[in-house]
Amino acid sequence: MAKPNALILGGYGINCEEETAYAFEKFGAKSDIVHINDLIDGLKKFEDYQILAIPGGFSYGDDTGAGKAFANRVANNLLEEILKFVQQDKLAIGICNGFQVVTALGLAPALDEKYGERQSGLMANENNRYTCRWVHMKTESKKCVWTKGVKKLFVPIAHGEGNFYMPEKELKQLQKQDQVVFRYIREDGAPANGEYPYNPNGAILDIAGICDGSGRVLGLMPHPERHLFFHNRPDFTLQKEKYLRENKPLPEEGEGGQIFKNAVEYFA
Amino acid sequence: MSAFRLEVRNTIKDSRAATRLSRLKADGYKVKAVVTADIYTVNKAFKAEEKERIGKMLTNPIFESYAVDKLTPPKDFDYAIETGYLPGVTDNVGHTARESIEDLLDVEFKVPEENVHSSHITYLKGDLSREQVYRIAESFVNPLIQRINIKSKEEFEKDGGMDLVIPKVTIKEKPQADEVNLEISDGELEKLGKLGILDKDGSRRGPLALRLSYLHVIRDYFRREGRKPKDVEIESIAQTWSEHCKHTIFRDPIDEIEDGIYKHYIKAATNKIRKDKGDKDFCVSVFTDNSGGIEFDKDFIITDKAETHNSPSALDPFGGAITGIVGVNRDTLGFGIGAKPIINRYGYCFGNPQDETPLYRQKGMKNPTLLPRQIMDGVVAGVNAGGNQSGIPAPQGWAYFEDRYRGKPLVFVGTIGLLPKEINGKPSWKKAARAGDKIVNIGGYVGLDGVHGATFSSEALNTGSPVTAVQIGDPITQKKLSDAIVKEARDLGLYNSITDNGAGGISCSVAEMARECGGCEVELEKVKTKYANLSPWEIWISESQERMTLSVPESKLDQFMDLMERRGVEAYVIGTFTDSGRCKVTYHGEMVMDLEMNFLHEGLPTEQQRSTYTKPKNEEPHFACPENLNDVMQKMLARNNLCSYEYISIQYDHEVQAGSCIKPLHGKGRVNGPATVTAPLLGQRRGIVASQGINPRYSDIDTYHMAACAIDTAIRNAVSVGGNVDHMAMMDNFCWCSSNEAERLGQLKEAARACYEVTIAMGTPFISGKDSMFNDFSGFDEKGDPIKISVPPTLLVSSISVVPDVNHCQTMDLKVHGDLIYVIGETKDELGGSEYFYMHEAIGNSVPTVDTVMALDRYRRFYQAAQLDLMSATASVSLGGLGITLVKMAIGGKLGMEMDLRDVPSDGVKRDDFLLFSESQSRFVVTVDPKKQAEFEKMMPDAKLVGNVRADQRVLMTGLSGEFVLDITTDKLEKAYKETFKDY
Repeated sequence: MAKPNALILGGYGINCEEETAYAFEKFGAKSDIVHINDLIDGLKKFEDYQILAIPGGFSYGDDTGAGKAFANRVANNLLEEILKFVQQDKLAIGICNGFQVVTALGLAPALDEKYGERQSGLMANENNRYTCRWVHMKTESKKCVWTKGVKKLFVPIAHGEGNFYMPEKELKQLQKQDQVVFRYIREDGAPANGEYPYNPNGAILDIAGICDGSGRVLGLMPHPERHLFFHNRPDFTLQKEKYLRENKPLPEEGEGGQIFKNAVEYFA
Repeated sequence: MSAFRLEVRNTIKDSRAATRLSRLKADGYKVKAVVTADIYTVNKAFKAEEKERIGKMLTNPIFESYAVDKLTPPKDFDYAIETGYLPGVTDNVGHTARESIEDLLDVEFKVPEENVHSSHITYLKGDLSREQVYRIAESFVNPLIQRINIKSKEEFEKDGGMDLVIPKVTIKEKPQADEVNLEISDGELEKLGKLGILDKDGSRRGPLALRLSYLHVIRDYFRREGRKPKDVEIESIAQTWSEHCKHTIFRDPIDEIEDGIYKHYIKAATNKIRKDKGDKDFCVSVFTDNSGGIEFDKDFIITDKAETHNSPSALDPFGGAITGIVGVNRDTLGFGIGAKPIINRYGYCFGNPQDETPLYRQKGMKNPTLLPRQIMDGVVAGVNAGGNQSGIPAPQGWAYFEDRYRGKPLVFVGTIGLLPKEINGKPSWKKAARAGDKIVNIGGYVGLDGVHGATFSSEALNTGSPVTAVQIGDPITQKKLSDAIVKEARDLGLYNSITDNGAGGISCSVAEMARECGGCEVELEKVKTKYANLSPWEIWISESQERMTLSVPESKLDQFMDLMERRGVEAYVIGTFTDSGRCKVTYHGEMVMDLEMNFLHEGLPTEQQRSTYTKPKNEEPHFACPENLNDVMQKMLARNNLCSYEYISIQYDHEVQAGSCIKPLHGKGRVNGPATVTAPLLGQRRGIVASQGINPRYSDIDTYHMAACAIDTAIRNAVSVGGNVDHMAMMDNFCWCSSNEAERLGQLKEAARACYEVTIAMGTPFISGKDSMFNDFSGFDEKGDPIKISVPPTLLVSSISVVPDVNHCQTMDLKVHGDLIYVIGETKDELGGSEYFYMHEAIGNSVPTVDTVMALDRYRRFYQAAQLDLMSATASVSLGGLGITLVKMAIGGKLGMEMDLRDVPSDGVKRDDFLLFSESQSRFVVTVDPKKQAEFEKMMPDAKLVGNVRADQRVLMTGLSGEFVLDITTDKLEKAYKETFKDY
C-alpha cells in the first residue's frame, strides 16, 4: 500500500497538531508537522504531500475572530498553492480552528466550484462561551471520502465559535448537493433541533461538518482525533463494566479513527 | 493625526449582545436592547483603498459588515458605551490585527508611535440613568486597566460618534540610575524598606519589602565595597531576597528549629522518604528547579508545579488569573532543559458569590474592592483564556467558598509537564549555563507592568497597592515561544540552560542562571521595551509576561536566532554569562550594578522567629437531628462548596492533546469527580492521576489536622479513581495570613509538622511547592469602619501518581442495578470544621484525624482491588461526608439505591445526620458486581456491605432507628445539586 504523506499545518497557536499527526500515522500515513512559515519560506512544499490537515487550536488567540488571522496569513502568502492543492486528487481536512480557516479561505463548501470564495462561516456559540463537551453526530454524506463506513460519531467539541451559518439559498444548495457531512443529534439518534447541549453552539440545521463538491475536503467542528482509543470515551468505565460482565475483551479503538483510516486508504 | 477607525459588526446573530442583555436583565436593569460592535483604531497613514482592504480582511462577510471612519449605530438607542485599554496594557486583539495588516500590505508599523488598538462599543436601549449606565459599563470591564467612555444618543449625534482615542504611554522622566544613600537613621531605613526609594520629586517608588536587618547587611556590604549602592542594585537585592523568591519565613530559624520550617519539615521528609524507598525512589529532581520531577516510565519524566496569583487576582481577576496560569506553564518549560506542559489544574478560594456587601480600600467608603462574584467571573475567565489558548488540557480543579476569602481570593494554578529523560544523550533534567554563553531573552517586550510584583505580593493588600502590579497575559506569544523551545530548539541542542522570567523578571532569572557558571554581564539597553524612557531599574525588575531567559553558546547563536525568527518569536541577546563571581549590569556603558554573586544569593541574613499556638475552644452547635433528611440533603447538595461546578469544568478544554481518560465530570449525570486521569503518550495506556486536597475550615480547630487531612484527601482522591500510593508525589501550596504574628507562625509550624509526619508515613514525597504568606486585606467595611480580613490558614496539597494501565481506572457514578454498595472505613463523630456544621454556622471541635498506618494499608489494598477490576464504581468520601458521596454516585449514574445506615461501620456516632455528614478521613464508597463479592470482601475486609443499586431513580436510606430517613428521587437530588450555579 502506498504510504501517503500528510502535511499537518502548525504555528501561531494551532495546538492539536501532534494528536492529528499521530492519528494519520496510526493508520499508516507519514505525518509531517510543518510550521506555516516554513511553507511561506519555501522550506516545505505542498506538492510533496497528498493529505493536508489544518488542526484545531487557537491560532492568534482567536483575536479578530476565530481562524480569521491564520486564514489571512495563508491568504496573504500561500493562497494559490493551497487552492491548487484542494483541487487536485488529494485530501484536506480542517478540524475546529482548522474548519474556521477552511471556511474563511473558501476551501469548502466551494459551491459552484468557487474555491477561494467565502460562502459559510462559524459565529460565536449561541451561549457566547467556550465549551468543551462530547457530542453525538450522524453522518449523511455519500460523497465525502473521509466518512466511508461511518454512520454515527461520538467525539468532543471544544470551541467558542462553532455556530455554523450560511445564507438560506446557499444552504439549500449545500444540502441538495450532499455536502452536509455531519449533523448534531441526540444520543438516541433523533435530531438535535438546535437544542443545547445536543447542538452545542446553535449551528444552523445542526450542521457540524461540511465538505466541498468533490467530497475530498472536509471541515468539522468536533475533534475525531480526540477519540482514537476506547479509554478516551467519557463513558468508558460504564462500557467497561458491560464488557467485563459479558466476558468480552475491552476494545482498543475509539470511534474517531475511521476518519483518518479512510483518508489513508484512499491512497491505497 | 493619521489614524482611522474601523467598525466591525455582526449582522446575523450577535450572541455577545444577547448574553449581555440577558445578564443585565437578570441584574435588574430595565434594558430593552443591546447591540455591540468591535472597533479597530489604526494609528498609521493609509490610502482610502488600503483602508478598504484592511476592512475586508478583518471582516467575515458571511455574518459581519465593516465601516471605515464611521459608525453604524442601531436606529434606536439611548446610550453608547465604548471600552478600550488604558495606555500600556497589553492589547492582544490590536496586536493580531497589526500583524495581519503588516502581512496584507507588506508594511511595518513603527511601534509604539504607530499601532492598532482594539475597543468595543455597546449600544443600550432602555430606561436607564447615566449612573446606571456607568455601573453597567463597569461590569464589562475593569477600570484599573480599561477606559470607559459613555455618550447619550444626543451627545453621540452631536459629536458625530465616539471619540478617537489612542492609548499611548508617555513617560517624561529621563532614565537614569540614581545612587541610594543607606547611611541614614534606622527609622529612615525602615521607611526605605517599606515604601521604597525616595525619588527627587519626593515620592516613593513602591515597596521594597526589605526588613531592617536586611538593610543593615546591605549597608555593611557597600561599606566594604567602598561606595554607595545604585538604585538598580537595591531593587535587585529586594527582588532576590523577597519573601516571594527566597521564602524567608520558611527559611528563618523558628523557636527550637534552627534550620527553619522548610528544611526541617518539608525537605527533610522528602529526603527521608527517598532514602526509605531505596531502589524504588522515583524522584528525579526535587525542590531545586522551576518544577519538581518524578519518573513516569523508563524513558520519561513528569513534572509538577503549582503557583498562586492571589494579590493580582484581587485587583484584576482576569489579568491575575491568566498571567497565573500562563506563568506556571513557564515553570514547566523551565524545568530541566524544557518540559512540555501537558495538564493544567486550578483551585479557587472565593468569597461567597451571592455576597454583595461592599468593602473599601480607602477611608470614606472610597476605592471599593471587587465583589466575590466579579472576582470569580474574572478568574474563571482568565484561566479559560490562558489555558485554552495554550492548548493545555485543564481537567482537574475545584472551587471553595468562604467569607474570609472576600478580601483576598486565593487562585491556585498548576501545570504538569512531560519530557524524555535523555535528550541528545544527556540527562534532560540537568542544565548549566557556561561562561561565555550568550544571555538571550525570548518572548514579549518589557514595560512597566509588574514592576514591584514580587515585593508587592510579600505585603498585605492595602491602599498603596500599585496598579502596575496588574498585567494582561498574551498566551499566543507564549505558545509560539513554548512550541519553538520544547518542540524544536531543545531537541536541536541549541542552548545550555533555560529558566522562567517570573517574579523579579530578568533580575531574578539571569542572576539565578549566573549561579550555574559563576557570573554574568548584562547590557540593559539591549532589552527590548514596549515604550521609551524606562529607567534602568525598571527594565531590570519588570515582570512583563511571556519571557524566558536562555544561555546560548556562541557556536549555536546564529542557528538559534534564525529559528526564533522563523517561528515569529522575539529573541535578543542582552549579555554574556561569565565566571567572574560578580553580577554586572551596565546601561549605555555606565555601571549600574556590580555585586558579588555570593552576596546576592547567600548574603540574606536569617531572623529568629518566635511562635505560639493556643488551640481554640470553639462552641459546639446545638440542634436536633431532623427526622427526615430529604430537605437537609437537598440543602447540603445546593451549597456552594458541594454543588456542581460543571459550568467551570466545561469551559476549560479537558480533551486537547487527546490523552484524557477520567474526566472532570463522571457518568451520565455529570457529577464533578475528585481526580482525573490522563494517558499522555498516545498509543500507550500508562497514565497520570491528578488530584488535590484542601480543608481550610479545619484550621479553625487545629492546623496540624487540617494539613494531615489535606494530604490524606489528596492521596485518597487519587486512589479512589485508581491511583497508586506507592508511585505518588505531592506538592504543597501554603497560603497563610499575617505571618508576622507569633500565633500565625505557630499554626504554620504545626501544619508543616503534619506535612513531615504524614508524608513520611504514607511514603509520598513533596517534590515542589510554593508559599504565599500575607493573604490579608486591610480596609473598610460597608459602614466605613476599619476591617482586617485574613484568609483561614490554607494548605493545598496536590498529588500526581502513575498507573500502568488506565483501563483499570474507575469513576464514581453508579453503573449497574443490583450491584452491592460498600462503605470502606469507619465513620467517627468528626464534624468539627465540617460543611454540615458550616451550614449551621458553627465550627465545633471534633476535627477529623488521620490514622496513617491504617490508611496506607487500605490504599494499597484498594489499588490491588482496582487492578483486578473488582469495583464497578469508586468514590472518595470527603467534603460533605458519606451522605453527599452516596447521592452524588446516584446522580452520576442516574440510578437509585437503597441502604441501611445501621450497617455503616462507625464508632460512637448516634445521629443519622452526623453519620451522613461527618468528614472522617480515609473512607471510600464502592459498588461491586455480586459475582465478585467473595473476591472483593477477601481483599477488603474493612469494607462493609450497606445496600445495593436500584434500577429506578429512588434513593432510600434506613436510619439508625430502623425507619426511612431519606426517601427521594435521584432527579430531585440532581436538581438540587445543579441549581446553584445553573446560570453562571
